Amino acid sequence: MNFLRNLGWCVGLAIILYIWIQLPWWGLLVLLGVFALWMLLTRRGQQAASITAVGISTLKQRLGSSAVVVIGIAGVVGVLVALLAMSEGYADTLRRTGSDDTAIVMRGGSASEVMSVLDHDSTVVIPQAAGIARDAQGKPLASPEIVVAANLPVRGGGPDEEGSVQVRGVGEQAWGVRPELKIVAGRKFQPGMRELVVGTGAQRQFANLQPGRQVKLGSQVWTVVGVFAAGNAFDSEVWGDADTVADTYRHGGSRSAVTVKLSDPKAFSSFNAALAADPRLAVEADTTGNYFSKQSEGTSKIIRVIGISVGLIMAIGAMFGALNTMFAAVAARAREIATLRAIGFRGLPVVVAILLETMLLALLGGLLGGLLAWLIFNGYTASTMAAGSVGQLSFAFKVSPELLLSGLKWALAIGFVGGFFPAIRAAQLPVTTALRES
Amino acid sequence: MKYLHLIWAALFRRKTRTILTLVSIVTAFLLFGMLDAVRSGFDDAGKSANGAQRLQTGSKLSFIDTLPQGLGAQLEQVPGVKSVAYVNWFGGAYQDPHNQIFSFAVSDNYLDQYPEIEVSPEARQAFNSTRTGVIVGAELAKKYNWKVGDKIPFQSTIFAQRDGSKNWSFDIVGVMRAKEKSASWYDQMVLLHWKYFDESTTYNRGMVGWYVSRVNDISQSDRVAKAIDAISANSDHETRTQTEQAASASWMKQLADIGLIVGSIMGAVFFTLLLLSGNTMMQAVRERTSELAVLKTLGFSSRAVMAMVLAESVLLLLIGGVLGLLLAMFMVGGMRAQMGNMPISSVDGGIWMRGLLLMLVVGLLVGALPALRAMRLNIVDALAGR
Repeated sequence: MNFLRNLGWCVGLAIILYIWIQLPWWGLLVLLGVFALWMLLTRRGQQAASITAVGISTLKQRLGSSAVVVIGIAGVVGVLVALLAMSEGYADTLRRTGSDDTAIVMRGGSASEVMSVLDHDSTVVIPQAAGIARDAQGKPLASPEIVVAANLPVRGGGPDEEGSVQVRGVGEQAWGVRPELKIVAGRKFQPGMRELVVGTGAQRQFANLQPGRQVKLGSQVWTVVGVFAAGNAFDSEVWGDADTVADTYRHGGSRSAVTVKLSDPKAFSSFNAALAADPRLAVEADTTGNYFSKQSEGTSKIIRVIGISVGLIMAIGAMFGALNTMFAAVAARAREIATLRAIGFRGLPVVVAILLETMLLALLGGLLGGLLAWLIFNGYTASTMAAGSVGQLSFAFKVSPELLLSGLKWALAIGFVGGFFPAIRAAQLPVTTALRES
Repeated sequence: MKYLHLIWAALFRRKTRTILTLVSIVTAFLLFGMLDAVRSGFDDAGKSANGAQRLQTGSKLSFIDTLPQGLGAQLEQVPGVKSVAYVNWFGGAYQDPHNQIFSFAVSDNYLDQYPEIEVSPEARQAFNSTRTGVIVGAELAKKYNWKVGDKIPFQSTIFAQRDGSKNWSFDIVGVMRAKEKSASWYDQMVLLHWKYFDESTTYNRGMVGWYVSRVNDISQSDRVAKAIDAISANSDHETRTQTEQAASASWMKQLADIGLIVGSIMGAVFFTLLLLSGNTMMQAVRERTSELAVLKTLGFSSRAVMAMVLAESVLLLLIGGVLGLLLAMFMVGGMRAQMGNMPISSVDGGIWMRGLLLMLVVGLLVGALPALRAMRLNIVDALAGR
């Protein structure tokens, strides 16, 4: 009988937790409002409030064991938020790289830009298609680009330590197609020269990428003449003149892909249809928004799954820590609680008071963990070999308000479960035995 | 040892508290086992006795640039080189262009360089005599239900055939199995003939992605690597030669700084654990004050009482930790089966050693304060409840 009842509690709890995690922020506010009204207006609510006040005022005497709950939950929330911020930052960087009004054209069946090869004829034909925006001179905003990889010495690494950077050979229209790109130091490269402009992310990661310095790309020496910032994945790249890059890497007239600016987002379908109808072309087009989201999907999902699994295991540990603390607290206050019940307080206010006390500790822990994660990791840059590219992609962790909110939700959920069973125990304690206990 | 019974009884004096604490310890060591398996998997990638004998020679330009096939003959002339094989990245996909499968176009002697990969002699024979033959990894064959003799349609995301089509068709002639965990990603791989590949596509024109050479003497690896790079110095296809170990280490480092991530998570976990079990031990000693005083009255020395409290906390950590690591063994087994191409080590002797050491250290740290308190206990005060 006892076992069945406990099982029932567990199933009920699981359902409550599931709904809780899914709850949007306005749902939380409504819940909070209803709860506050109950506490203020009903008799039992007022009883609960006064028991809670007693419990909280004695917290100071149990500083050590209360700290276990707070710090345990802070650890869970901190780790969870940091890992999710990594996944979010990675996905966000790639998402911002694309948009709905630019499209990328690659050879059919290519999973990414790097794997695609377009011959010279295709790169001439594609810019003629319908739906492409034009610049002031009436030229189509289409940029045939070549993407290759280069090994460069890593900044602050050993003498032989090299990393891979993605090099993009671009034509003049590249800047028009991506207006978010700004030169922040030096100048643009000159066509036909062995000059490079480097992204801020690449500059942070590799040695010698300051304007005026020289680096070896392939067998030739190139001069860095400028630094650009775009706030997305391009920041991790190094750009040079398409013809010169193709020459160095022995690619001749072929290019990797063509990126075009559409006259408006709705023009994509007609643009795509025009390409498909052209018998000279065997290509596939996609909006860059779609393309880059797809590239980030796999990796960011893996990081999310890892983050949630690690968080879940840690949460179980912290939950048992909280249970331990609260059972001890209830045991220590057994007489006090029994006295309250003897003079007429009902079971529910006792349960609510203990739950509230645990959840208050959990909230403190959640805030602490979220704050730590935000202080340490917001804007922290990491890098990885991104899917679909051939260079290191550097990205910043993004501790967003949504992440912090979900961290708090986790914290409160842990506190709820951690306080639930001790609360039930307190409410079910036979008054007479508890009063006799020394 | 003769006090084990006493320590055990003390530990389970309050069953609920001990069990709750144990679960927390179990989860901490479960995480430790899993994360350390990932970390050591990444650390050990490419670190094998066979791997140490192999040198990888790739283009100095970047990892996607290629080298002329003629260079192979020159590599073989370098003193200290036993044999040279070559490979190209094929970029194969099965069923859907986005479902990529690791596939290499290899020279005939490629598998000779990897004695840790098990292929039956008949399969080798069949591979050598079938132009369109491929050898597939055991895990991959299981996943797609491939059998020897099947014809499989493949797409290459990079290379088109002479007629412009990117559809390739191969005959499965054999299955390969990795005998060592360092080579386990060959279980997920497809090997095809470089010669067939080179003749069928117009894009390649006799180029090679990288060379794999075996050396006679591992201690000579550095010298051999330098000699290989000297061959093409100042040409238009300079090379960069590394031991397989260095090459995979640099790859893993570019993929992610696993050590840092794992380190910070473990830091958070163990800090919490320290506090949690420390609190439990503190409570346990506090409520047993009078019992400890009785022990002292009976003639137990202060030092013996201290040792017993320490032993109790170490025992607590050991029980929880061993259970946690056993659970981790089980979970990591599942993870390895799920994510075959990720380098995850099994929970082996090294992880157990580190885990046990950690249990001991945390146990002693956690027990230190309560033990000191128990040792300093004044019998008269404690018995009087002061």
